Formats: sequence, C-alpha cells, structure tokens
Amino acid sequence: MFKSKTSKIAGILLLSASMLLSACGKGGEKETAGTAKNALEQIKAKDKIVIGVKYDTRLFGLKNPSTGKVEGFDIDISGELAKDILGDEKKVEFKEVTSKTRIPMLNNGDIDAIVATMTISEERKKEVDFSDVYFDAGQSLLVKKGSPIKGLEDLKKGTKVLAVKGSTSAINIREKAPDSTVLEFENYTEAFTALKSGQGDALTTDDSILYGMADQDSNYELVGGTFTEEPYGIAVKKGNKELVDAINSALKKMKDNGKYDEIHKKWIKSH
Amino acid sequence: MLDFSILINNLDTYLEGFKNTVLASIIALIGSFIIGVIVAVMRISPIKPLNWIGSAYVEFIRNIPLLIIAFFFYIGLPAIGVTLSGFVAGTIALAIYTASFIAEAIRAGIQSVPKGQMEAARSSGLTYLQAMRIIILPQAIKIVIPPIGNQFINLVKNSAILGMIAGLDLMYFGDLVSSHTLVTFDVYIFVAMFYLVLTIPLSLGVGYLEKRLARSH
Repeated sequence: MFKSKTSKIAGILLLSASMLLSACGKGGEKETAGTAKNALEQIKAKDKIVIGVKYDTRLFGLKNPSTGKVEGFDIDISGELAKDILGDEKKVEFKEVTSKTRIPMLNNGDIDAIVATMTISEERKKEVDFSDVYFDAGQSLLVKKGSPIKGLEDLKKGTKVLAVKGSTSAINIREKAPDSTVLEFENYTEAFTALKSGQGDALTTDDSILYGMADQDSNYELVGGTFTEEPYGIAVKKGNKELVDAINSALKKMKDNGKYDEIHKKWIKSH
Repeated sequence: MLDFSILINNLDTYLEGFKNTVLASIIALIGSFIIGVIVAVMRISPIKPLNWIGSAYVEFIRNIPLLIIAFFFYIGLPAIGVTLSGFVAGTIALAIYTASFIAEAIRAGIQSVPKGQMEAARSSGLTYLQAMRIIILPQAIKIVIPPIGNQFINLVKNSAILGMIAGLDLMYFGDLVSSHTLVTFDVYIFVAMFYLVLTIPLSLGVGYLEKRLARSH
C-alpha cells in the first residue's frame, strides 16, 4: 500500500504539513499554560532561578577558563536576586546567552530572566518586560591605539565599524554614522577578533563592554566618549508582573544596603 | 501562521543576501570545479610528488570543518598582511572545500574508465595530458556528473557560512532581520525558502541529468 509513488508523496506532504502546524500550534499552547502558574511562583516551586548571562563579556559575564565558572557584575547581581527571592545566593543556575539568543531563550522557557548587559528600549519592551535600571552605560567606540578615528565624526564613507548581531549598538551606529559600513558578528569575542585582524576600523558597543576589551588588550582604547545612554535592565517573559516586582524590590534592597555599590566597585574600576 | 509582513517589509534585505549567495555559489562552483579537476589529475598522476600533494589536499581539506577554512581566510590571513572581505574569504573557502569532494568524485570517475583506453591513447601517440584531455576525461565526465551535481547542491547550502564572517549573504542578512525584528521562526523560514529556490531546481536538474546519462549507456 505504501509503496506506490503517490502514497509516498502524500506521506511526505502530510508529515511536513503536520510539522508546520504543530510548530504554529505550539506558540498558542505555551501562552495558556504560562498563565496557570506565573513565573515567580514557578521559580519558587523549583527553588532556583535560571538566569541568562553573557559568557564572553569581561567585567559583566565571562567564563573563567581555569575554574570553569562564569564571573562578573551581572553574575553577582544575579546572586543577590536569588538571595532575596529564594533566600540563598547559590540558588541560581546560569545559562549562556548572546545578544541574538537571549530573547528566544527567555520566550522558550529556557531561562527565567536575562541579566546580560541588555539595554532597555521601546522596541524590546514590545517583546519582554523590564525591571528598573540596574546599570547606566553608554555607547562608545574602540579603536587600535594610534588610529585616526577619534570619535563619531571620523566614521566616514568607507570606514568599517564592527558590532554584534542583535545589539542596540548595531542599530544606533547606523543612525549616528550612516555613511560608514557596519558589519555584524555573532558575539563580542568574534567582533573583537575581527577588529584585531584588521577587518574593521572600530568596534562599537556599550562602554562597559569596551572597557573589558581594552582591559584585555592594551593596544586598544576607547575614543570619543559616550554618544548614547544605555540603561541596562533585567528582562523577564512578558506578562510576569509579579517577577518584575520581586526583582525591583531586590534591586532597591541592594542599593539601600550598600551591596550594589560593593559589586559596582568590584568590577567597574574605570569610572 | 507565517507573518508575511516580515518578508515584505524586509524584502530588499533578503534579496541583497540572496543575490550575494547566488554570486558566491556561482563563483565557488566554477572555482571548485577547476581546482577539483587539477587535484584529481594530480591524484592519479604517475609523478609521485604530485600524487602526494593531491592526496594531502583531499584528505586534509575534506576532513576539517568548512567554517575553520573560512575563519582561516578571514581572520588568519590578515596576520600575513592579506585582508579579504567576508564575502571573498568565504567564497574562496567554499571553493577550496568543495573542490576536495569534487576531486574525489572525478578521480573515482576517471579510474572507472577502462584501463585499455589510456593504453590505446598512449600507443596512438598522444601524451599523457593529451590522452587525459581528449579520451579519458570526456568519458569520466558522464560518470561523475551525478555526484558532482550533489556536491553543488551542498555548496549552495554550505555558502551559509558566509553569515558567520559578515559575508553579506542570505544567512547574514537573515540574522540581521531576525535580530532587528526580534522574530526567529518566521524570519528563518523565509531564509530557508530562498535557499530552496536555488536547491530545488539544482536538485531537479541533477535528477534529469542522471536519467539522461543512464539512458545513453
């Protein structure tokens, strides 16, 4: 029965159609299941909070190759969140995210929150909910020492500016230096590698992240100061007001009891 | 279902990437064929050093990831002063990688031509290279066309690595559209559809060629 050609074709079409439909249906299912138990309750039920952090960003979220543990400002802040919400700063599980994967992973349920140098923007507010601002950064430029580029004005036609896919920096730089050529890479490591190998004249992202790179390779320096305001926020899946409130409450507590300043001083020495 | 407004609003971007993917595929296709023929002839040459170089090429290139070859040309070469754009570096990598598979397919094809052919050609006064060009290769071509056709389809799909080195291809622009619209599923379904526009006709073409060649035997 299944050997005839028409049956085979029909079988393949049916399989493809059902796969496509089930993928469409899946989106709807997840929404209704989510409202049954909100995100904060789910976190308390499993007694841990899963947080998406960067693994490649010095000073904020960097995996230490010798210890295998991820360290940075965002990591310490996450620990304090777990301490306030679940009573123990160790009740946090970290998962690696990049600017490209963080929102899909949040919406997938892979992570409960994003603490990964993520700028609050109107565009993103349509997709996720943000906490209060937990860090004030600003976009800047990283160049090789001795480069003729001293600031935004020097990004002319033919200048190659490197950025990371999915970052607000990539969108901003196209507006602020419309004549320059913008090339985007998978993550900061690859973008910096491209800069170091001469595939670009400048790298642009938040000054906080650039300080980490300059810290790593003294041949590179920041120029031109900051030309945007990048308020970092903690993102959670849309519709979870309870979790946002819990996080905001934890942030306020940290700022009031001096823990926030302690973490800030530990990592951000350049300011 | 699918949000087609994403496709329509970003059509320019998708098409720019599509154009570069087609360009990279065609250039790499021609390049890999030329390199493939040369390497194949080297592999079966009676001159031992050439033999060795050909085999080394195939064994090494075939067995490392295409992405590594691409990174070598994009990130590695600048260390010796040669800076290629993502598009150029990726296309060269694609050609070199695919050539190793094509060389193997051609070699297998040449070696399946009866030995008597070469003996007859040489005894009628042709040099080794003339015999290859006039007698052996034309016969080998018939046998190798289906596997080479498949390698070309793989080449079109493999061209997606250009997306990892800012090669301005379909995959690269797909990544950009996805990161700027914050949508993943729909964006990449459209990317896949553009690849299918290239691979399905190629696939049908290969199938047609296979049937025609089967008949002429």
